[in-house]
Amino acid sequence: MHLATYLGLLHTSLQTLADAFREVAKGHGDEPDVEHTCHVLSKRIDAQVEKLGPIVERYGEHREPEPERLHAAEFSQTRSGGVGLLRDLQDLYALASFTDITWTVVGQAAQGLRDKELLDVVSSCEQDTARQLAWLKTRIKQSAPQALIAARG
Amino acid sequence: MVNHGRMGPKGLYGSWQAHRKDRLTKPLIRRDGELVETDWNTVMDAIVRRSQDLLAEVGPLSHGFYTSGQLFLEEYYTLGVIGKAGIGTPHMDGNTRLCTATAGASLKESFGSDGQPACHADIDLCDALFLFGHNMASTQTVMWARVLDRIAGPDRPRVVVVDPRTTPTAEAADVHLAPLPGTNQALLNGLLRALIEHDWLDHEYISRHTLGFDELKATVEPYTPEHVASICRISPVDLLRAAEIFGTSERVLSTVLQGFYQSHQATAASCQVNNLHLLRGLLGKPGSGVLQMNGQPTAQNTREAGADGDLPGFRNWDNPEHVQELARLWHVDPLTIPHWAPPTHAMQIWRYAEQGSIKFLWISATNPAVSLPELSRVRDILRREDLFVIAQDAFRTETTELADVVLPAALWGEKQGTFTNLSRVVHLSEQAVEPPGEARSDLDIFLDYANRMGFRNRDGDPLITWKDPEGAFDAWRECSRGRPCDYTELSYERLRGGSGIPWGGERLYADGHFPTDASYCEDYGHDLLTGASTTPTDYKARRPDGRAFLKAAEYTPAPEQPGDEYPFICTTGRTVYHFHTRTKTRRAPELQKAAPEPWVEMSASDAATLDLADGDVVRVESERGFVEVPVRIGRCRDGVVFLPFHYGFQAANELTATQWDPVSKQPLFKISAVRIRRV
Repeated sequence: MHLATYLGLLHTSLQTLADAFREVAKGHGDEPDVEHTCHVLSKRIDAQVEKLGPIVERYGEHREPEPERLHAAEFSQTRSGGVGLLRDLQDLYALASFTDITWTVVGQAAQGLRDKELLDVVSSCEQDTARQLAWLKTRIKQSAPQALIAARG
Repeated sequence: MVNHGRMGPKGLYGSWQAHRKDRLTKPLIRRDGELVETDWNTVMDAIVRRSQDLLAEVGPLSHGFYTSGQLFLEEYYTLGVIGKAGIGTPHMDGNTRLCTATAGASLKESFGSDGQPACHADIDLCDALFLFGHNMASTQTVMWARVLDRIAGPDRPRVVVVDPRTTPTAEAADVHLAPLPGTNQALLNGLLRALIEHDWLDHEYISRHTLGFDELKATVEPYTPEHVASICRISPVDLLRAAEIFGTSERVLSTVLQGFYQSHQATAASCQVNNLHLLRGLLGKPGSGVLQMNGQPTAQNTREAGADGDLPGFRNWDNPEHVQELARLWHVDPLTIPHWAPPTHAMQIWRYAEQGSIKFLWISATNPAVSLPELSRVRDILRREDLFVIAQDAFRTETTELADVVLPAALWGEKQGTFTNLSRVVHLSEQAVEPPGEARSDLDIFLDYANRMGFRNRDGDPLITWKDPEGAFDAWRECSRGRPCDYTELSYERLRGGSGIPWGGERLYADGHFPTDASYCEDYGHDLLTGASTTPTDYKARRPDGRAFLKAAEYTPAPEQPGDEYPFICTTGRTVYHFHTRTKTRRAPELQKAAPEPWVEMSASDAATLDLADGDVVRVESERGFVEVPVRIGRCRDGVVFLPFHYGFQAANELTATQWDPVSKQPLFKISAVRIRRV
């Protein structure tokens, strides 16, 4: 059964995502709404990791030995300026999309296994991931015109 | 009809007759670093040249407008058309962002549109009155007198006040809840949970007229009285007493103001007040309803006419049909009207100016160099070489002194126009005297700019066809047609007939039908935790069709918490003797004498710990700045201090943070961590 492989993937990608939100919060303190919301969301992702804990205990988790094959790209360093903010938010969007579809895959397995506990976890975490994506999209849409048309440098 | 012939101290002493002196009577322009007198032609020429150059070089996104809650409806509407159809910039907001943005936001989230459900007469008719973060005795003295009539009269209503300070309002309460600043959401979740737990609910109303009960119930479930008491540091018994009063009174009126609006979960907590009323079906009935309060006299008009960035007539920026309506009305290409994202809120406008992408900032009837948070930053922005600042005011202020040009404006009484109060009552304010010197009405200034800029519609005719207040009002009536704030039945002629006429009737939503239909609503709403916009598809899928939303949110701690270095929470607010930044009231001798300088209030026990006596001068300091003011002992709960925000010297906003609510974008004036040292 490959579920354990996917749980491992989900586990690491959630940690990557939470760290990325924290990194963006730290790098964009001059945008207080970004800083605060990224902190709020990163804590909620930590909570997702916790919810995943009992599931991982039951099924085990298989961490893929070749990270480049099955791994969310790490978030390296924040950028500066209007376009920099836009790109960082876009990177978060890509990472959050990755966990989103990974939750979907795990949810499908939970359906097949009739695992009620896992289904509940997936359902609440999918909603939370939808919230991350919705916020990122809202903030990106707000920033894009100014950054691409009017900003200097 | 509204004030019963009463006046408060500011109305009595601060009206315009008292200060015809000190007025700005000529335009000013900065030459070699100094503001010098000039004439209108020169100053308007300088403005138009800069405006046209920037439109050619950068485009509409280089322009920002920051206006007020104190102009007339006609002036806001004209400014809105200039911004949206003339220039085509989304960067327009009012200082209403600092005062009542959350009122508008919470009404939109719960009911689908702005518009106050209750009216002043409900004070006379209620069995219970709840004041949420609303120190009415200081902020609305005339309204408070109406409450005192009830408190001292027969059939006294039960009064519950939520305020961390023991204000005169709180002293009149049957139950005073003093939560720590920044914990309103936990408190309200606790009240809602108690209502559900004791089944103080109107089940039929909930099922017929609302959406989201199950999610609300699940969200508030963890907020037991003990849990709430530990977060808010209040007594669980008081919480339950307040819930019982809400749950068992036949007619309940709630008002909400800055204690909620200027905190970090502002919209969320204000929506929970709406939820209390929805759960009991107490809306739109005599004595029952919600007043999401307005602060300034024409804040309602700023929001209606779109000078706060929203589309005029409570139209939805995310609804293409609403944008088309405006494009047809104004005869412009719909693409001209900025609607690709929510309008740019004030705090973001200032951020763009700080980053140098807004280069033209037109400030009217407001004094951001005292009223915005983190003043050292605001001053730096206003001083930027690459930012052209226009300040339009009746007096010189801290802001005009940093502007490139200053335009002398008329006050009410010196110009004509309409204003709409808290409960949607529209009044006509006639011109009584001429403006002093060369001062002009704000309307005339905006019209002059539009004329000189040569704004045209798609047929090549002038975009703005009106030339006076009544013409602007008639244009606005047409714009409001078919919208919740429909003015088509009103005219200057009708408004001269009495004491004011409300749009929408005396109360809204008596039939439990809300303006949430997807084709009609003002907004598709937001996630209360992050401010993420709800997409049109998601909104339509919920099929609100006239039902109200029971929006839920968990409590999250405020971004700034007191700690070892900054152990106190500082809140800012008003004194009864001054408006905003004292631009007018400090020139009224009686008011100035009553409250000449700022102070800091703290509890007796905190003062004792720091070995401070009444009158000792202390430095109140946050990470961002400090003030040095004398101590007043009393009123605050332990751990909380209070600064009045009116004063341009030792200004409270030296301390406050650049942070805002995720939905309403209202800054968090109520939660700054500070330390206090004797000077």
